[in-house]
Amino acid sequence: MVTKATLKAVDGVSFDLARGEVLGLVGESGCGKSTTARLTLGQLPPSAGEVIFEGKTVPSSRTQQWRNLRRHMQMIYQDPLGALDRRLPIIEQIAEPYTIHGIGGSRAERREKAQALMLQVGLRPDQASSYPHELSGGQRQRVVIARALALEPRLLVCDEPVSALDVSIQAQVLNLLDDLRRKTGFSALFISHDLKVVRQMADRVAVMYLGRIVEEGPPEDVFHAPLHPYTQALVSAAPSIHGNRGRNRIVLSGDPPNPVNVPGGCPFHPRCPVAVVRCRTDVPSLSREGDRAVSCHLAGSAGGGGFSPAPHPKSKALEAV
Amino acid sequence: MAIADETRSPSGTASVFTAKSRASAFFEAWPPVILLAIFWIVAMLVLIAFGNFFAPQSYTAMDLQARLSEPVFMGGTFSHVLGTDELGRDVLSRLIASIRISLTIAFLATLVSACFGVLLGFFAAFARGRVEQAILMLIDAQAAMPFMIIALAVLAFLGNSLPLFTILLGFYGWERIARIARGLAIAAQEQGYAAAVRDLGASPLRVYGRHILPNIASTLLISMTLNFPEVILLETSLSFLGLGVQPPETSLGAMVGYGRDYIQSAPWIMLAPAAIIVLTTLCISLIGDWLRDKLDPTLGK
Amino acid sequence: MFLYVLSRIARALITVALIITLAFVILRMTGDPATIILGPDAPPEAYEAFRRNWGLDQPLFIQYLSYFAAILKGDLGQSMRDGRAALDVVMERVPLTLLLTVPALLFNLVIGITAGIFAALNRNSWIDRAIMTASVTGFTVPSFVMGLVLALIFAVKLKVLPSGGSETWQHTILPSVTMGLIGAAIIARFTRSAMLEVLGQPYIRTASAKGLNWTDVVIQHALPNAAIPTLTIIGFMIGSLVAGAVVVESIFSWPGVGRLLVGAVANRDLAVVQVILILIGFTMVLANLIVDLAYGVIDPRLRHSTPAK
Repeated sequence: MVTKATLKAVDGVSFDLARGEVLGLVGESGCGKSTTARLTLGQLPPSAGEVIFEGKTVPSSRTQQWRNLRRHMQMIYQDPLGALDRRLPIIEQIAEPYTIHGIGGSRAERREKAQALMLQVGLRPDQASSYPHELSGGQRQRVVIARALALEPRLLVCDEPVSALDVSIQAQVLNLLDDLRRKTGFSALFISHDLKVVRQMADRVAVMYLGRIVEEGPPEDVFHAPLHPYTQALVSAAPSIHGNRGRNRIVLSGDPPNPVNVPGGCPFHPRCPVAVVRCRTDVPSLSREGDRAVSCHLAGSAGGGGFSPAPHPKSKALEAV
Repeated sequence: MAIADETRSPSGTASVFTAKSRASAFFEAWPPVILLAIFWIVAMLVLIAFGNFFAPQSYTAMDLQARLSEPVFMGGTFSHVLGTDELGRDVLSRLIASIRISLTIAFLATLVSACFGVLLGFFAAFARGRVEQAILMLIDAQAAMPFMIIALAVLAFLGNSLPLFTILLGFYGWERIARIARGLAIAAQEQGYAAAVRDLGASPLRVYGRHILPNIASTLLISMTLNFPEVILLETSLSFLGLGVQPPETSLGAMVGYGRDYIQSAPWIMLAPAAIIVLTTLCISLIGDWLRDKLDPTLGK
Repeated sequence: MFLYVLSRIARALITVALIITLAFVILRMTGDPATIILGPDAPPEAYEAFRRNWGLDQPLFIQYLSYFAAILKGDLGQSMRDGRAALDVVMERVPLTLLLTVPALLFNLVIGITAGIFAALNRNSWIDRAIMTASVTGFTVPSFVMGLVLALIFAVKLKVLPSGGSETWQHTILPSVTMGLIGAAIIARFTRSAMLEVLGQPYIRTASAKGLNWTDVVIQHALPNAAIPTLTIIGFMIGSLVAGAVVVESIFSWPGVGRLLVGAVANRDLAVVQVILILIGFTMVLANLIVDLAYGVIDPRLRHSTPAK
């Protein structure tokens, strides 16, 4: 007979997001970043646990309560062209949230507000009646941002907001998001596979591997002194304008395991260059010291409210372990 | 192109050359066959709208003196251009009345089936799960059964009247529209604009009515165009068998049906409406195929 | 594969059940079945007996179940016209209809598939255009027009074939050809597009690039793959043949099931209509089931598939 396998895209992920804070979420594709985003917004019902927004559990989608909550939680998508209706002029799409929630006054007032939003995100007033396919990728993403901000959300989930854009445009859109955050003060869950992007945007960063958070902390600390062997590998693989000279690049062997069949023990152990026997049997938990957290047996507590990183595979320390 | 035109226009031969290339570009976009087909359909629409002005007589007026008189091109007189039938009724007048009835029924039926199909297709896409499975099963059952047989059974059980007959034909082809509508709606809501609008907090009515429907309208319109001739064939077949449009009303199929008894002595009674049926369905099919190739090459058959 | 067969059979049974339900619903929508089936002039005792026999005094759900039970027992009521069992009245006409539809099916498969393949292999040539024009004409001409025109030419003008009746084998020619031509038009068009799709696939280019003779490429690679989509339309073809038989039998006064149906509808002989409805439904479901299973045999992806998650 058929045995059913359960895919746990996300397992035991827990995080808090303070008002006005930006949490960056990094990891390889398929590690559960987007699922986390959908869970946060209540688009997917969690099989266990709950998402709490401003003290209340996020209701399941398709209910009126869920629809009302959209006023406060909005999303920026990876593919702006796909997220826009190609048959409507952009001004109508930017004004649509007002119509949906019955706010923003008369038709003319809504249009005026939409025009103000266009200016705010750096679109020209004469582009109001253009259709999405007539705009560039960056402009389309600006439309999506304007539409999301129309409702003045308190939480903005950005799922790879710039990865579909040209590199030259990416910085502009990121700067725009950063400016808008300073002005309007929304919190954000910022998802990307690109460390540089996350570093620029986030107040705090969480690294995901196979549906679990393996490390968390302030971006400067996480990227300068990564604790978890997986973060170390990610950081060492990031391209740098200084070239790879003098850096110890860690190349992970193998592919990420099938999320349907997560390895026992530490999920990272089959690919971990420094794994020890214990990693195969015991699941490490995310332990917290100060503003950093890590889920690794080898990243020991250094005392005094800090961690010592897991040994670097090319360092002498490894021989001692 | 524009630059080439300007540089060539001073010399005499060049203007002829550009005129020719313009004409060929025009016919490339609008093949002559399609233009003819559109012309024919427009002519039919004019007949439906203003048929009464063209009809020389009332379609029920009998002229028992001039029964089975030949049309003009077979040696008849101009008083009955297309001849008369077995009761001396003017074939041209009857033909116009038949066109109006047959095409109006087919048009209304196509609309009904499109509405019904889109509603069910959207509902399946929206509800998913068991409801969707049930609708899919209904679609399969409908597709498995020749519609003509179902139509005959319904007519036998419920009797016949013009509104009932039209609604009955309106169930023809709903399953294809429903299948297409469901597929496109699922594709739209899985990723992209529909999901985005839903994330804004839009109600399902808004997501489906204001966003998905306009986006898939062209595909639906094409499948309606392809449905239309089949409804004409179905209506005329049933009327031909004497089970569709009932006298004193007349339809293209009914005319062929009654004319069939005079196939030997007065073939024109039957041939005129038969020709109209064939030409009209042919033209609509051609236009439908052309639209499909032009607008939506992904739409399967 | 076993699960595939099982799920197809389950689907087929559900479809049959749906068709029977449809018959029941339509029957109940008409109001009092007793009046309709017995007619308004029947004596009150007959109504009484009818109601008891059909369980019309029971709740609707029980009626529905007993309706099913009666059908399973083969108890399908009596023909209004001569009081014989409706099932017998219909069954004695079945061989005559098969005598027309089986040759018509063979005719349209052979002509249609050959023409479609030929058109696809000579794409955009005059052969292709001629075949496609004939095909488009073929399915915009309604079967009654096609039948009457053939009768006008071969029976009335040339006088080489009989125009109606069922006495000799010559009588089968015009009706089967009428049905066959229209079916062939549909098959030809479908086969052509299936072939063109297959011919555009990379594996065909690969096969011819590695030096295989073009005829071999077509026979070994293109035809088997084009056969798969073509097979799916055969179920639909049988449906259109059945619908065509209704019209064509009427034109050529052929005493088959189709003509019986038209007569029964005109006379509102409901028991007979119901038997034909269920019989055709059953035939169609069976045909589609066979096509589905054949599909499973031909398409290796289905044959070797493991059940999905």
